[in-house]
Amino acid sequence: MSKILVNGKEQEVEVPISLIDLIKRNDVAQPDMVSVQLNGEFVDRGDFNSTLVNDKDEVDFLYFMGGGSPINQQNLQIK
Amino acid sequence: MDFTEDQIQRYSRHIILQDVGVEGQERINKGKVLIVGAGGLGAPVALYLAAAGVGTIGIIDGDVVDLSNLQRQVIHFTADVNKAKVLSAKEKINQLNPEVEVITYYDLLTASNALDIIKDYDFVVDGTDNFPVKFLINDACVQARKPFSHGGILRFEGQTITVLPGTACYRCVFHAPPPPNAVPTCSQAGVLGAIAGMLGTIQAAEVLKYLTGVGDLLTNRLLTFNAKTMEFRTIKVKHNHRCAVCGDHPTITELVDYEQATCEIKSKH
Ligand SMILES: [Zn+2]
Repeated sequence: MSKILVNGKEQEVEVPISLIDLIKRNDVAQPDMVSVQLNGEFVDRGDFNSTLVNDKDEVDFLYFMGGGSPINQQNLQIK
Repeated sequence: MDFTEDQIQRYSRHIILQDVGVEGQERINKGKVLIVGAGGLGAPVALYLAAAGVGTIGIIDGDVVDLSNLQRQVIHFTADVNKAKVLSAKEKINQLNPEVEVITYYDLLTASNALDIIKDYDFVVDGTDNFPVKFLINDACVQARKPFSHGGILRFEGQTITVLPGTACYRCVFHAPPPPNAVPTCSQAGVLGAIAGMLGTIQAAEVLKYLTGVGDLLTNRLLTFNAKTMEFRTIKVKHNHRCAVCGDHPTITELVDYEQATCEIKSKH
């Protein structure tokens, strides 16, 4: 087991682990809604599968945040 | 600029503040700030900037006040329901500080009007609640070399970054709006009202720091917080050389209106 930093907190994982597996492991509900930095460098979304995380790496998950109201009032309808 | 007795009194807590002083207050009074969205974030930003004496505050918003806004949009009151948000905001600002000139745009910020509107201002505040306009503000400000503050809130969390010409932009970090089907589903939406105040006041402080030249702005750093744990974190972000708008070979040279993703409340299966 190796130690990596995910959003500033230590996690123990078997390395190498792919970014996509790390995303799943961290229960990121919508990988489309996350931007990832590996050791301070942004990783293209298309490279989440092929990018490997190794011992002592630092990973940051940055999430899209709007304003808490994705509901367009006109389209609000209870089905 | 010579301050009157009343102004010296009104702004005394800034004037006696060592890093601000008379000079800093003068800069605030000469400042022109555009607030995009008179909602959860725009409300505290507008109130604090008005109280601080920012000379010109522009507010753009195409919505009217809805009862569901009052839980967090503290510049609007119950009697304002159905009133244009820009008008409601202007009325409160005038009452708080009649010296502030308020310019209202009862409109949406779009690819066709963005550059023309922002050109008159020193600083732009993103107080919007949707991704298409967040990216539009970013691209317009980067292209026009206008400093701006990005702000986003969701549930119990908030994030903000200040962007100056040459520093990491919103698109450096988030590349492109999320695909419409990835935008938070309704069950994941909502926001704790006070979060809007927490984040909006951080944005207002950044504006005042920018105008007065005091301190270190939140550039190349994304501040995030989670009110459930009350943990704050700043994540270093770098200018992205592959950024589509501010990178070495920008592919975005014209502003575009992205399609607005919407979400419908569905019954549970
Ligand atoms: Zn950029």
